[in-house]
Amino acid sequence: MNSDPKLERITKGNALALCATGTWTASFAPVLERMVADAEKLAGTPQSIFIDVSEVAKLDTFGAWLIERLRRSLTQGTVEAQIAGLSANYSSLVDEVRRVRATPVVDGSTITISGMMEQIGRAVAGVAGTVAGLVDMLGAVLAAGFRVLIHPRSFRLTSTVHHMEQVCWRAVPIIVLITFLIGCIIAQQGIFHFRRFGADIFVVDMLGVLVLREIGVLLVAIMVAGRSGSAYTAELGSMKMREEIDALRTMGFDPIEVLVLPRMLALVLALPILAFLGAMAALYGGGLVAWLYGGVEPEAFLLRLRDAISIDHFIVGMVKAPVMAAVIGIVACVEGLAVQGSAESLGQHTTASVVKGIFFVIVMDGVFAIFFASIGM
Amino acid sequence: MAKEAQSEIQDPIIRVRDITVQFGTTRVLDGLNLDVKRGEILGFVGPSGAGKSVLTRTIIGLVPKVAGSIEVFGVDLDSSSTSQRRNVERRWGVLFQQGALFSSLTVGQNIQFPMREYLRVSQRLMDEITMAKLTMVGLKPEVAERFPSELSGGMIKRVALARALSLDPDLVFLDEPTSGLDPIGAGDFDELVRTLQRTLGLTVFMVTHDLDSLYTACDRIAVLGNGKIIAAGSIADMQASQHPWLRQYFHGKRARAVMG
Repeated sequence: MNSDPKLERITKGNALALCATGTWTASFAPVLERMVADAEKLAGTPQSIFIDVSEVAKLDTFGAWLIERLRRSLTQGTVEAQIAGLSANYSSLVDEVRRVRATPVVDGSTITISGMMEQIGRAVAGVAGTVAGLVDMLGAVLAAGFRVLIHPRSFRLTSTVHHMEQVCWRAVPIIVLITFLIGCIIAQQGIFHFRRFGADIFVVDMLGVLVLREIGVLLVAIMVAGRSGSAYTAELGSMKMREEIDALRTMGFDPIEVLVLPRMLALVLALPILAFLGAMAALYGGGLVAWLYGGVEPEAFLLRLRDAISIDHFIVGMVKAPVMAAVIGIVACVEGLAVQGSAESLGQHTTASVVKGIFFVIVMDGVFAIFFASIGM
Repeated sequence: MAKEAQSEIQDPIIRVRDITVQFGTTRVLDGLNLDVKRGEILGFVGPSGAGKSVLTRTIIGLVPKVAGSIEVFGVDLDSSSTSQRRNVERRWGVLFQQGALFSSLTVGQNIQFPMREYLRVSQRLMDEITMAKLTMVGLKPEVAERFPSELSGGMIKRVALARALSLDPDLVFLDEPTSGLDPIGAGDFDELVRTLQRTLGLTVFMVTHDLDSLYTACDRIAVLGNGKIIAAGSIADMQASQHPWLRQYFHGKRARAVMG
C-alpha cells in the first residue's frame, strides 16, 4: 500500500507542472524534504505553476506541509503556484496547513562578552540573595519557634518524632560504621608515622583531640547534610511542585511551623546524638587498631586518653553540633521551598542543598576554630 | 487499493478480547471485550474507579494483564516482535490526564521529541511542523518557547494533544481530555478533536466524564461496569437502555441540562 513518493516536473512552454505521486507521509519525510528542496531550486521563471496532487496515495501533516512549503516558495511576484487535483479527504488538511505562519525560531543563546559579564554579575548578586534567604529562613523559624513556645498545643510532636526516626535512628548504623573506619585509619596512619620517633603512644593524643574536637562532628555533619539535607529539599520541593504548600497556606497553616520547624528541631536534636555516637565509634576503632596494629594495650590507651584530653575537647565538639544542624536544616528548607515547577529544578535545588550545606558546615567549623582559640578552649 | 481501504474500514483498529486485569486480589477488568472501528470517535464512560484508565493503560501496555489478547492495527501486542511493536507505537498517540509534558523541555521541544527519535528530518522541517501542530490545536506559535510550568491547564491539554499528534498517528488515546477545563474551553476542545479527526482521519479513543463531549464529539459510546462493557452503541441506544447506572447517567439532572 505504501509506495515511494515522487515529484515529477513537466514543462510546457511557459507553464510548469509538478506532479506528486506516492505516499506523502512522515515516514518518507527525509526523502520528501530533499525532493521539495530540489524542485524549489530548479523552478526557473515560468508564467504559471501547478502542483498536481491527484495521484498522491496518502497525505499527512508532514506531506501537506511540504507541498505547502513548495507552493509558498514557488509563488514569486505575480505568479501564484496553484495546488490542483486535491481530493476531498485531504482538502481540509491542506487548508489547515495553509493557515500556518512559518516563523523560524530564533535561537537567542549567542555568547558575547557583555553576556558573560552579565552572568558574573548575576552570580554575585545571587550569592547575596542566598545569604539573605538563609537569614530570612532563620528568622522565620525562630519566630515560629517562639509562637510554638507561647502556644505549645500547636507544636507538632508526631511529625518531630517521625523526623527524629528518619534522621537520627535510621542513620545510626551507617554513621557508626563510617566513623569507626575513619577512627581506624587515623590511628593506623598515626602509629605508622609516630613510630619513627618512637612516639607510638602519642597517637592516643592525636586521635582523642582530632576525633572529639573536629573529625567526629564535622564528618557526621557532612554525612547528615548529604543524607537528610537532600531528603528535606526533595520532600519540600515536591510538595511545592504539587501545590501542597499553597494548600497548607490557604487552610491557614504556616508551612514554616508545620513543615520546617519539626524538621529543624529533629535535625538539631539528632546531630549532637549522632556526633557523640560517631566520636565514640571512632575512638573505639582507633583504640582497636592501636592495640592490634600498634601494640598499645587497652589499659594503656585509656590511661593515656584520660591524660590527653579534657572535658573541654568534648564540649567544643558537642557545642558545634546543633549549630551545624541548624545550618544544614536552614539551607535544605530554603532550597526545598525555592523549587519551581519542573523536575529539573528539583534536581538542581537538591544538589545545591547538599553542596551549600557542606560548604556552610565547613565555614562554621572554621569560625568556631577561631572562636575557641581566642577564648582559650 | 479501494478494496484494501474497504476491508480496513470494516476491521476494528483495536480488538480487545477477554481481557482480565488484577491488582492483588482486586479484579479490575474481568473478561472484557471491546472493538474500536477505524475512523470513529469512541467515548468511554463508566463510574469513577471502574477501570477506564486501567483499560486504556492496558491497551497501551503500561499495565500488565492476567489474561486476554489485544490487537491494535491487526497486530497482536503479546506475540509481536519488538520492531512490530515499535511500529504500532509510532502509529498511536496518547494524551495523558495531566498532560505528562516533559517539564525540563520547552513546548516546542516537547512536540519535536517523538520526531527527533523516530524521523530523520531537518531542524527546519521539525520547527515548521511544530508550528503547524500548534496552529492545529489552536495555540499561537510563540507558545513554543515556553516551558510547561508557564502554561495554563487548558494550554497544557492542547500542547499534550499536539505532542500526541506529532507523528501524525492513526489512533489517539485521550484520557479525560476535558477534565479541568471550563465549559467553553471543554467545548472548544471537543470541537478541536472533531475537526482533527476529520482532517487527519484519526481514530479516537476517549475516556471521559463529560456529558457534553459524549453528545457533541463521540460517534459511539462504550460503558464500563463491573469489569465488563455493559453497553456499547450510539447516544440514542444509551438513552434507551434500561440498565440502572445508564438510566441514572443519561437521565440524571446533569444529562437533562445538557440535552436542554
